[in-house]
Amino acid sequence: MTDKQKASDTPSLVCQKCQQPMTMGKVVVSYLGAKFPIELLRCPSCGLIYVPESLATGKMEQVEQSLEDK
Amino acid sequence: MDRQRVRERENQCIQEQPPTCTAACPIHVDARGMIEGIGKQDFSAAFAIFNRFVPFPRIISRICDHPCEPECLRHELGGAIRINALERACVDYSTKKPACVTYSAKKSTRIAVVGGGLSGLTAAFDLITKGYQVVLFEATGQLAGRLRELGEESLPQQLIDEDLAALQSLPVEVRLNTRVGGYAQTGPSLSAVIEEFDAVYLGVGPDSAAYLENELTLEAGERIAIEPLTFATSHPKVFAGGSQRYSRDKDNDGANGFSPITSVHDGRYAVLSIERFLQKASLSANRDQQGPFKTKLFTTTKGIEPAATVPMTDPSQGYSREEAVGEAKRCLHCECLECVKVCEYLAHFKSYPKRYIRELYNNYCIVLGMHPSNRLMNSCALCELCTTVCPENLSMGGFVLETRQAMVEIGKMPPSVHAFALRDLAFSTSEQFTLARHQPGHQSSRYLFFPGCQLSASSPGQVFDIYQHLQQSIAGGVGLMLGCCGAPADWAGRKDLFGETLAAIQKQWEELGSPQVITACSSCYRMFKDHAPSMPVESLWTVLDRVGLPASAAPASSTLVAIHDACTTRHENEIQDSVRHLLGKLGVEISELKDNRSLTTCCGYGGLMSLANPEVAGKVVQRRIHDSEADYLTYCAMCRDNFAAKGKRTFHLLDLICGSSNGDAAQRKGPGYSQRHENRARLKSRVRRELWGENVVDEADPIQLILSPEVLQIMEKRMVLAEDIRKVIAHAEATGEKMEDTATGRLLASYRPIAVTYWVEYSVRETGFEIHNVYSHRMEVS
Repeated sequence: MTDKQKASDTPSLVCQKCQQPMTMGKVVVSYLGAKFPIELLRCPSCGLIYVPESLATGKMEQVEQSLEDK
Repeated sequence: MDRQRVRERENQCIQEQPPTCTAACPIHVDARGMIEGIGKQDFSAAFAIFNRFVPFPRIISRICDHPCEPECLRHELGGAIRINALERACVDYSTKKPACVTYSAKKSTRIAVVGGGLSGLTAAFDLITKGYQVVLFEATGQLAGRLRELGEESLPQQLIDEDLAALQSLPVEVRLNTRVGGYAQTGPSLSAVIEEFDAVYLGVGPDSAAYLENELTLEAGERIAIEPLTFATSHPKVFAGGSQRYSRDKDNDGANGFSPITSVHDGRYAVLSIERFLQKASLSANRDQQGPFKTKLFTTTKGIEPAATVPMTDPSQGYSREEAVGEAKRCLHCECLECVKVCEYLAHFKSYPKRYIRELYNNYCIVLGMHPSNRLMNSCALCELCTTVCPENLSMGGFVLETRQAMVEIGKMPPSVHAFALRDLAFSTSEQFTLARHQPGHQSSRYLFFPGCQLSASSPGQVFDIYQHLQQSIAGGVGLMLGCCGAPADWAGRKDLFGETLAAIQKQWEELGSPQVITACSSCYRMFKDHAPSMPVESLWTVLDRVGLPASAAPASSTLVAIHDACTTRHENEIQDSVRHLLGKLGVEISELKDNRSLTTCCGYGGLMSLANPEVAGKVVQRRIHDSEADYLTYCAMCRDNFAAKGKRTFHLLDLICGSSNGDAAQRKGPGYSQRHENRARLKSRVRRELWGENVVDEADPIQLILSPEVLQIMEKRMVLAEDIRKVIAHAEATGEKMEDTATGRLLASYRPIAVTYWVEYSVRETGFEIHNVYSHRMEVS
């Protein structure tokens, strides 16, 4: 993985409500009754979560498809 | 889903029916498979196939009376394939020895076979391989005596011996010089044999069997009375066949009507009866495809060039290798696949309806685990071209739709696959688009114009214009109803939602006095005609053909068009004729596509194909737009937009009738998803304003979006609408729930109205919100 990709995968984000930098934290993604714990950027104060484009259009979409076919 | 009905549908597909040669063969040799092997120069594989059906391949390959050949579809196209000569080539050129004969575990049951001719030898062979103990009685000093009289040229002794060696390698007891019964009895009486064995097969040749009169019922005093289907005789333990049964007419030919392959057939199927007798099962059940029968397999010979039979350089030696391969290559490899040939969807999944139906049913039956055939289920356009070309009228589309409905009912339809289309339906049946009124200034309606949601989305101006024309040219009032007919719900298998949508339309239609409905969209026409029979419906095209065109109607720049008929009205000749009349009146020259009218294809929209499987929908469009170089003319807005999207110059009939104000109508790309919503909403406000004189203003949205062509493309691909983006921004700006990327200064926010979370990357500008990226996911995050 190049540095550039790394940077785009984990951008430096600031929660606008709390004015706090977002940090990696545990979150749960769920669909059709299935739950998966993963780590995503979230606001340590209000809990606002960031889902990167690469995750939404990649792994998440795959998992959605296979759960829908269950 | 009713299992019996599924099976009936499966059986309606004839692709797995045997070709005519196999069906005509008494023992159903897979001649097509064998010939395919020869065509690939694999004589050993071809021989293995032949040998799987024929216990004595060397004998049969030389003397078979080949009832298959007259039935060959090549018959009229250069001469039937010389199947028997190819069988001989298999024997002559196979380099691998036939596989060792395997046989089942030895049973204690003992069967007597009387007669060492072809039928008796076949019976003995089949019985041994099934594990029975067999004693073979032969009156003379050698087996296959009559075959040896055919002469060295017809059937060399060596080949007989090689075939018999295979039999004799098996555990069989052969008693030569042992005549059962008869005047010159040298062995036991038939009664004694019956007493000693569990069952008896008599393959005693064509001569008089009068000597058995005390044990068996005879016909005409000399032939054993044999039941032709089961080979049963008057004694329950005794079965008989071979030339005793069939060569009744000795004048048939020089060989007493001897049919070697029929003798093999008799031996084989008498063994089936013996097994059933021993198992106390019905002798006659399920034997309808025993022996030669007429196959249901359809194979078109259309477009096949005649090719003459390959001659033999030396007939006494049979075909050379090269000659055999040449002859094999003439084989048509008969199969049906009529539907698969014309349908990209059926071709895409690389099989045919019989298998698809089974797959879809199995997919439905899975309780726990993956449903591997959901994609197969949701990719069909439901356009019914398959039914139209099927020799058995099997409706694959009808079955697919039933499967979708069944999956919806059990809650197993993947939620995302039709979600976007159903959302579009929800928009088109919401206040934002629906409207149902009498013509301005009228209290009643003789007619009701229903332009449909997609034409209104694609060409709202033309809807407006043609409605004006209808009002002017038809007396008695032409009302207007804006809405969606519910087709997307029907296609998605949502019987509930489809029923509700149609019921709402019918209620409004009744409130307007049940006028005659005029549809501009072929899908609306189909839905109303099939599912709302109380509502009389007519196509806009037949109406215009009758009442005349607007005065402004003028031919377009192009004067030659190829008509792409709409798939939903493929059997509506009247509509198709009217379209052609209208083009004639417009002075447009017509070039007919080869697959027109009832044979037309779908544009990829039908059945929600393009949403479930863009890849297949793409193939459908690509195939269709290359059918002709001419500009296309459609009379369905979706066909037009789908073809135009792929760069095919395509007119909608209304482009020519209403004239085109902005440039070349055939080149126009259809609007994107967001614009389609907006066009519908604006059509509604325009008619209210301009036709009914209401004070309606299309207010500018407080959230102005700045969308670059690249972003618009992403929105189309990811099916994110402008209204979704506005909701995200409205939410983010109202709550402050947004984040800033410190590297770019851009804002990121998400919102989940119902089932989908939309993400927007944006910047706030003076003139509005500049959108950089959008994406979505269905998973919930917490």
